[in-house]
Amino acid sequence: MSIIRPYGDTTGDGMVQLSFTLPIPHDKRAEGAALQLAGKMGMDPAMLVHAKQMGDEFTFFVVYGKVGHLVDTDQVQVVERDYPLLSAKEVNAVIKRRLRRRLNVVGACIGTDAHTVGIDAILNLKGIAGEKGLEYYSELSVTNMGAQVSVPDLVETAREKKADAVLVSQVVTQRDAHLHNTRAMSAAFREALPAGKRPLLIVGGPRFDELMTGELGVDRIFTRGTTPREVASYLVHALIESRS
Amino acid sequence: MAGKLDLDPRIVARARALAAKAGQPVVDLARSHTTVSVERAVLRLAGVHGADPDGIPWVNRLVDAVRADVGLGHGVAVPVLHAALTTGVEDLTVLAQKAAAGSVRFDVPEKKADVAAARRHAKRAAAGGLKLVDRRRAERDKLIRRYGDPAQRPWIYLIVATGDIYEDIPQAQAAARAGADIIAVIRSTGQSLLDYVPEGATREGFAGTYATQENFRLMRAALDVTSRELGRYIRLTNYASGLCMPEIAALAGMERLDMMLNDSMYGILFRDINPIRTFVDQRFSRQVHARAGIIINTGEDNYLTTADAVEAAHTVTVSQLLNEFFAHEAGLADWQLGLGHAFEINPDLPDSFRLELAHALLARELFPEAPLKWMPPTKHMTGDVFRGNLLDGFFNLAGALTGQGILLVGMMTEAVVTPWLSDRDIALQNVKYVLNGAGNLHEDFVPGPFIRGRANQVLGEAIELLERIVGDTLMDAIADGTFGLMKRPADRGKGLDGVAKQEADYYNPVTEVLA
Repeated sequence: MSIIRPYGDTTGDGMVQLSFTLPIPHDKRAEGAALQLAGKMGMDPAMLVHAKQMGDEFTFFVVYGKVGHLVDTDQVQVVERDYPLLSAKEVNAVIKRRLRRRLNVVGACIGTDAHTVGIDAILNLKGIAGEKGLEYYSELSVTNMGAQVSVPDLVETAREKKADAVLVSQVVTQRDAHLHNTRAMSAAFREALPAGKRPLLIVGGPRFDELMTGELGVDRIFTRGTTPREVASYLVHALIESRS
Repeated sequence: MAGKLDLDPRIVARARALAAKAGQPVVDLARSHTTVSVERAVLRLAGVHGADPDGIPWVNRLVDAVRADVGLGHGVAVPVLHAALTTGVEDLTVLAQKAAAGSVRFDVPEKKADVAAARRHAKRAAAGGLKLVDRRRAERDKLIRRYGDPAQRPWIYLIVATGDIYEDIPQAQAAARAGADIIAVIRSTGQSLLDYVPEGATREGFAGTYATQENFRLMRAALDVTSRELGRYIRLTNYASGLCMPEIAALAGMERLDMMLNDSMYGILFRDINPIRTFVDQRFSRQVHARAGIIINTGEDNYLTTADAVEAAHTVTVSQLLNEFFAHEAGLADWQLGLGHAFEINPDLPDSFRLELAHALLARELFPEAPLKWMPPTKHMTGDVFRGNLLDGFFNLAGALTGQGILLVGMMTEAVVTPWLSDRDIALQNVKYVLNGAGNLHEDFVPGPFIRGRANQVLGEAIELLERIVGDTLMDAIADGTFGLMKRPADRGKGLDGVAKQEADYYNPVTEVLA
C-alpha cells in the first residue's frame, strides 16, 4: 500500500488536527480568519473546535478537519540505516579483531552551544534510555570535550588524540547556528588534515536534515532518537567494515 | 508543614555539620584569593562605568592596567585610588581611560600614610555603590508594601528569551498580565564564558538576551509599570553566573533585580569554569546579594539532567546543603535561599510520582524557611506535547502538595521550540488549574511509609556522600565527577588565569564592609 491518507477513526477519512495563534482579538471575524487559514492549508471541511483569546491582541485556535492530500510512501526519501546494528559486545569484538587497537572518538558541542544533553547521551557511560553510552565500550577510547568548544580546539584535540571519528552535537538552531557551526567545523578539518588523515566527521542534533551530509561536509548526520548503539555500529561499519 | 517525613533531627544536624566541614576549606580558599571579576565588581561599585569604543568596559581596562603594573594580589582599590590621589584625576572612569592610554602608572604606596589615604578614599568610593544598593533595596520594600506579594504560593516564575531586550519587554509584561509573578530573562548562551559584561541595550543574543546594566534597568522599569497596573510586585530575575558573576551581582544590586541564579558549582560542572575562580567569585557575589536583599536561585536541577534523577537524588541534597552553608557564610538569610530541585524522574519508572514527592518533601523539610525553587521536567520531555502537558500538570501538583516556594512554569514544548505565546498560555492554564483545584491539598496530604522511607533513604545516602567528601575534600569530589558526572579538576577550566592569591596587604573596600 503506497497511497495513504491521515487516519482519524476511519480508514481514508483524512482527518488532522491543527493549532495556531493569530494576532487578533477573539471574535466571530477571528474565527472566520482561522477557518480561512485552515482552508488554505487544505482542510475541507474544517471545524473550529476551540478559540481562546490570549492578552489583548492574540487568539489561539484548535482546528480539526479533513484533508484531501494523498501521501505516496514510495516517494518518501529517507536515510535508511545502511549498516547492521551490532551489540556492544560485537562492536568491541570487531574492533579488537580487525583494528587491533582502540578506536578513538572525540566529541564536543561546538560554538556557543551549551546543550551537552545530546553528546552526553551518546558518549557518557550513563547513556540514554537504558542503553550505555560509548564510554561503556571497552574498545572505544572516548574524549568528551563538553560544551562551548571552539573549532580550533576541537581540531587540535582530534589531532592530538589521533581521533578516528569526531562527534559534534548541535542543539541551538537560532539563526541556523547549527548549520553555520557544522560547516565551519568540517571546513577546519579539511584545511588542517589531508583526506586520508581526516577523522570521520559525524554531527548530531534534533533539528538536522539527514540528507544534508554533502552540503555540510560531514560523513554522517544523526537526528533525534539516535542511540549510542547506532552510533557505535556506524563507526565500526564506516571505519572498519567498509574499508576492507 | 514540617514533620511529615519523621526526619530525625540528629541526622539532619549531622548532615548540616558535615556540609559545613566539607565547605569550610573552600571558604578559606575563597577568602585568601581574589579574581579579576571581583576586582572589577569593586570598581563598578566605586563608580567606574561605560566601555571603550571596542565595547571593552573601562573596569576591564583598568584592572588589566593595574594588574600589568603591580599584579592582582594587593587588590586594585589601593593602587587605583593612590593613582587618583597622586595624579589628581578623581573621576575613576577618566582615570581608567588615561590608564588605557598608558598615561597613568600604578604602584602600591610604601608610606603608611599613603596607604591609609588610598584605603580611606577607596572605602568612600565603594560606599557610594553600596549606598545605591541599599537605596534600591529600600525601594523594593516600599513597592512590595504598596503593590503586595503574589496572593498564592508557589510564586509563578516564567522565562522570556528572545535575544532582543525590546522584544523581551512586551513579552515579559504580557507574561505578568497572564499570571507570572517572576520574570526571568535568560541570557545569551555565550555570555557565561565572556570575561567582561557587555554594555548598553542589546538586541542580538543566542537563545537569550545579554545581561547588561542597561538591559537590567530597562526591564526593571517596564515591570515597575506593570506592577502598578496589576497591583502586584513583579520580580525580575537574571543570572549571576559565569566568569563575571561578581560584577553581575553588583549590577543587579544597583538596578534592583530581585532574584539571581547563583549556584555554588554550576559554572564548574556545566561551563567548565575553574573551581577556584568560581568559589571566589561566588562568595563575593553572595555577599553582594545578601546586602541587596536578593533571593538567590541555586541550580541543583541541572545535576538531574545529566545524571539519573533517582540514583543521583542524594547529590541534589548534598549540593543544597553545601549551597546553604556557603550562602549563610556569605551573609544570606534563609528567606533568600531559593534552593533548587527538579521533577526529572523517568515517568516510565513505576512509582515515579511518589518518588518525586519524596524528594520534593525532603527538600521542603530540610530547609523549612527557604523559598525552594521547583524546576519542571526537561529531560523526559520528548516532543510529544500532549504527554508533556500532562507531565507538567503532575509537576505542578507535586509543587503544590509539597509547599514549594517558586515554581518555574514547565512548557509542553520543552525540547521542541523556544516557547511560543500559546505554549506559555497553555502552561499557565495548567498551573492555575492545579493551584486553584488543589493548591491547599497539602493540608490533607500525609505521606505513607513509601515516601517517608524514600526520603530518609536519600538523606542517608547524602550523609554517606558528605562523609566521603569530607574525607577527600570537596575539590577532589568535584574533580572525580561526583556531581552531575562531570570531572572538573581544580587546576583546569576557564578563567584560572584571572585568579590571584591575596598578598598580606590585600585590601578590598567592599568585602571589608560586607564581611
